Amino acid sequence: MGILAGKKVVVIGDRDGIPGQAIELCAKSAGAEVVFSSTECFV
Amino acid sequence: MDLENQKRVKGFAEQYGPENVVVLLGAAEGEAAGLAAETVTNGDPTYAGPLTGVQLGLRVYHVCEPEIKAEFDPDVYSEQVEMMEMVLDVDDIVNEMTDIREQYCKY
Amino acid sequence: MKSIIKGAGYILVHTPDMVIHNGTTQTTERVVNPESEYLKELPEHIRSFEDTLSYYPNQVYIGNVTPDALAAVPQPWHDKKCPETSRFGQFGQIMPQEEFLLLMQACDVFDLVKLDAAFVAAHKAALAANPIMDETILARIGEGIEAAEVARLVAQEHSEGLYHNGALVGCVNRAHDIDVNLSAHVMHENLVSKASSVLALLSAVKNAGIEKDAVEYVIDCSEEACGDMNQRGGGNFAKSAAEIAGLNGATGSDTRGFCAGPAHAMVEAAALVASGAYKTVVVTAGGCTAKLGMNGKDHVKKGLPILEDMLGGFAVVVSEDDGVNPVIDLSILGRHTVGTGSAPQAVIGSLVTDPLARAGLKVTDVDKFSPEMQNPDITKPAGAGDVPLANYKMIAALAVKRGDIEKKDLAKFTEEHGLTGWAPTQGHIPSGVPYIGFARNDILAGSIKRVMIIGKGSLFLGRMTNLFDGVSFVIEANSGTAPAEAGVSEEEVKKLIAKAMREFAATLMGQAE
Repeated sequence: MGILAGKKVVVIGDRDGIPGQAIELCAKSAGAEVVFSSTECFV
Repeated sequence: MDLENQKRVKGFAEQYGPENVVVLLGAAEGEAAGLAAETVTNGDPTYAGPLTGVQLGLRVYHVCEPEIKAEFDPDVYSEQVEMMEMVLDVDDIVNEMTDIREQYCKY
Repeated sequence: MKSIIKGAGYILVHTPDMVIHNGTTQTTERVVNPESEYLKELPEHIRSFEDTLSYYPNQVYIGNVTPDALAAVPQPWHDKKCPETSRFGQFGQIMPQEEFLLLMQACDVFDLVKLDAAFVAAHKAALAANPIMDETILARIGEGIEAAEVARLVAQEHSEGLYHNGALVGCVNRAHDIDVNLSAHVMHENLVSKASSVLALLSAVKNAGIEKDAVEYVIDCSEEACGDMNQRGGGNFAKSAAEIAGLNGATGSDTRGFCAGPAHAMVEAAALVASGAYKTVVVTAGGCTAKLGMNGKDHVKKGLPILEDMLGGFAVVVSEDDGVNPVIDLSILGRHTVGTGSAPQAVIGSLVTDPLARAGLKVTDVDKFSPEMQNPDITKPAGAGDVPLANYKMIAALAVKRGDIEKKDLAKFTEEHGLTGWAPTQGHIPSGVPYIGFARNDILAGSIKRVMIIGKGSLFLGRMTNLFDGVSFVIEANSGTAPAEAGVSEEEVKKLIAKAMREFAATLMGQAE
């Protein structure tokens, strides 16, 4: 049993790191359900 | 962490049960990743948001950490994230994240 | 018809009291945590005007120190003193708060800004002595009102206080009793944006050496919105700033795209000129009070001064080809489209490598890239990293993938083709455009041939889309084959070249320091 499969995933991306949408696609590929995806901006 | 995002995290933990929620981060630096991880485990260290004093203890990973990366479709990871491994200080991020999880993660 | 960069203006305004009263990090903290240690400690970390003058990145912004000279100064910079401390530079100036409050009043056409008469009397001469100010602007400054009336307006009429050295010296009244879009808070934010845009416009027009009447169109690309409850972002900052700046022959409009706004606006300006619609277009943006002290909590926690105490503004004059000034090449545009996605490699690919590949160019054919030029002295302590450097690493990584450079040359690439960031974290202000002034100088002097300006925008912050955004364009040396109707005489060409050489000499002197 992995960490992500079947879990509810909350994505907090970073504009200058990895944006939320990119992480979202990865999480879905691992069988997780993305319930929220956001990208933060410090600049 | 943004106040609205804290509110959402808190809401999802209540709705689905904290044991069923995993938070994935994309922070640009180890310190920022650690602060976000601390926020969803031990509460908002800046005392500003809805997670102040709330110890959710959620599972939290940075998207570049090896154990979480191993679960992704390699093609998707390669297309969406991989290049950033050349840009980010992944070791520093892994250290910060591991440290926070060891201290505060409950699941 | 090609479009060229005729000149640029860059201005900063030191606004220490606005950090405390108007920056959203501070206003939020006062709501959620009014007794916090941060709010108590904050005033101890505010810089004096003199400190901001001797701050290296500020001197680069107004053109007194070159980006190369800055890169040679070891970081951090907040604990070092720049030997150059003039408030005026080749691109513009650093304005102190007291002058700016008067300029705000001069930019108000709705009788909303009220200043204490004693404050006006004490500082009017200083603004009058500012070489960029003219009689028509100075004539707009009123005598002010009683201090007690200012205090009453703030206490009883929801007016937004204007402070100087911690004292209440004026206020901005609300422009409507119930419309939140015309509240004192919004009017304050918008008047600050407008006044700093006016200062940038005046600087750019002067630096370009053109008559004010030659400007036919102004594009504002700030991140504020002006309008009322029936049209919240109706506009038009551009035309309202042009009015105060005396650009009587200009019309204009606002364009928005978060931090990518300036790059979009530059492409639009170049296209308007290239199409023949307008002969001279100025892209302008004023500063943003909300972002003052944005990362202040981290700065205070680490014992640093509040480094986000400057409003930024810029303006660039885009005009018809004169055969001399650098050209905006509209055939090499980078565009982040709806379908591009948000993967960093896709974003950088769409903005950098794709447009260059379409033009048959390698990454190394561009002498300098100017992505987001945020000052790392501000962002690193806040956990946001060195944003320009991260962009260069991404560009270099893609260049390796394309075979334009060898992997072992990654570090060398960022050094040779990159710049060290110097712009204040004012959102749209750092986004590629801070380099246009230096790029024009260096291209005219012949030391470089081609630069790429890259703007990136966080559209998702508006909660209307989850999309990212970005746009890039290339500025190149003029091949000198301007069409005859552009009408530049040999004498004018000689003058321009002489001016460029003088500027280049000044640049070299800056580096020597």
